[in-house]
Amino acid sequence: MLIYLAQRLLALAFVLLAVSMIVFTLMHSVPGGPFDTQQAKLPKAARENIERKYGLDKPVWQQYLNYMSHAVRFDFGIPYQQPQTTVAALIGKTWLVTLQVGIMTIIVAFGLGITAGMFAAYHQNSWVDNIVTFFSMLGVTVPNFVIAMWFILFFGVTRQWLPTGGWGKSGDCLCYDLLCSDWILPVLAYALAPMAIIARYTRASIVDVIREDYVRTARAKGLGESKVMRRHVLRNAQIPMVTALGTEIPNLITGSIFIETIFRINGLGKFFVTSTLNRDYPMIMATFLLVALLWGITFMLTDIAYTLIDPRVKLGAKKEA
Amino acid sequence: MPPSETAGSTPLLEVDDLRTYFHTRTGVAKAVDGVSFDLTAAETLGLVGESGCGKSVTALSIMRLVSDPPGKIEGGAIRINGRELLDLSDDEMCAVRGNDVAMIFQEPMTSLNPVITCGRQIAEAVELHQDVSRSEAHNRAVEMLRLVGIAAPEQRANEYPHQLSGGMRQRVMIAMGLSCNPQILIADEPTTALDVTVQAQIMELLQRLQEELGMAILLITHDLGVVAETTDRAAVMYAGGIVESAATEMLFANPRHPYTQGLIRSIPELDTDQTRLDIIPGTVPDLRRLPVGCRFQSRCPLVDEHCREAAPPLVETDEGHQTACWKANG
Repeated sequence: MLIYLAQRLLALAFVLLAVSMIVFTLMHSVPGGPFDTQQAKLPKAARENIERKYGLDKPVWQQYLNYMSHAVRFDFGIPYQQPQTTVAALIGKTWLVTLQVGIMTIIVAFGLGITAGMFAAYHQNSWVDNIVTFFSMLGVTVPNFVIAMWFILFFGVTRQWLPTGGWGKSGDCLCYDLLCSDWILPVLAYALAPMAIIARYTRASIVDVIREDYVRTARAKGLGESKVMRRHVLRNAQIPMVTALGTEIPNLITGSIFIETIFRINGLGKFFVTSTLNRDYPMIMATFLLVALLWGITFMLTDIAYTLIDPRVKLGAKKEA
Repeated sequence: MPPSETAGSTPLLEVDDLRTYFHTRTGVAKAVDGVSFDLTAAETLGLVGESGCGKSVTALSIMRLVSDPPGKIEGGAIRINGRELLDLSDDEMCAVRGNDVAMIFQEPMTSLNPVITCGRQIAEAVELHQDVSRSEAHNRAVEMLRLVGIAAPEQRANEYPHQLSGGMRQRVMIAMGLSCNPQILIADEPTTALDVTVQAQIMELLQRLQEELGMAILLITHDLGVVAETTDRAAVMYAGGIVESAATEMLFANPRHPYTQGLIRSIPELDTDQTRLDIIPGTVPDLRRLPVGCRFQSRCPLVDEHCREAAPPLVETDEGHQTACWKANG
């Protein structure tokens, strides 16, 4: 197990290296730069000065080596958008907020999604199933910024039940208590699409398992329906669900520009877009490496989760062959 | 032994005019249409027929495990020791399943839960029906595994189904079925999916266990060889109904129904110079569009006008020998 983990982490390091090369090359080959005249109206001498300061006058391969030599020491540079801070500090501050939104969204999406999917599967082709299917379609097809607008209009403006935006009492402070109700609308709007996907996937997995011979065996033993569901159906249905639904997690904890912009949340999500538009090279590198790292860890955890729920899967079994 | 003759002792299992239909988009399929038979204690009854004749649905109906929708038990009676199963609530039926009547299935490869150990799957049934602790149930599971001839039962109990061969999995299924000492064991094609040598071992095991534990077996199969070797009585099913039933020896020695005669003729013989197998011409009728009259009319060599007008009832043609055929009745 430890050897396996070490192997996977080593592989992940190589993946990150490859990602860093590809992203670095791509972002430098895209026309335009961070201090072009379109971005900032500066005299030529001043621009050259700034570019020299950030090392942008050197060849790309030198810049890459320079970046990586700092990055391995966890120095990710200075964001051109906010030069008064560092990339690490900026990501640290904003990602904390995004993580809160993300984790609450994961809880809501998985909790409600799995419950709805179970109900739909169990009452297959009944009106319950049809309602769940209808809302799942709605959740998948309507973009979350549209849903966010509806929520704000109805709950925030028309009814004035809930705040229209903000996160935490002073804008970008941490939202420690659930009672402050800032979280309800953004989390619901953000959770709807993944919830719909989870509900549909849960339903499909359970419907598949319910038809299995061993479920009939469980009934033939004399088990009641709820025990058949809990002990035999769900334990098997969660195996495909882990693969498909685990990938929702890195998506959700890196935030969404739409949700953060609409609800005025000072999170990380918006930097994925603004960094690219501003050619903010250090932020682009840092955000992409973060996403790559999260995906790598997610896949690793998914594989480990398999071995815990499915005795047929063994880690590193190929060595025996 | 004709069960209906001995008025004093009620049979263990009575199935009376059972009708199980499947409501499909293209019509109602009468998978089981008026099936009646009895099973007495410690007896082995073979239910024989080709694929789709309704023998498995009959078995599932007794367990009340026909999936609804689309299937539904439309009428008839199923009694164990005189107790009507079709009137029981779902909870009461759960107490019967696995306890009074257990069932083992055709596919040992898929009939065991892949993520639960074999011992646990057996112990689960024991815990459910008997007032025992978890460790007692586990011990009972190990004991059952030993009884069905699994080597190193303590170790096997902690293994998962994928670590066992097909024959061993079927043994685990049998151990699970018999773990609560049921009076009736329904074995639905228990050997069909297994190698021929393993088939013989499993059938011998069932016979040995029957002698030791004294349960009655309803053996569902399409294999006339298995019926001849292991059953006391046999009932032949065709297109949802029983066409002939008799003591096994009598059935093979003197089949009365043209379908039974055809089935027995189509068994290949080793000691004759046969170049072609005998077959029954035609195919099984569509269960959604059964003809008026006898079900077998389209394939019967003896068919006449009367057979196309009225369905022959299952009547006693000899002592203990019932046949549903106008021609056999003379």
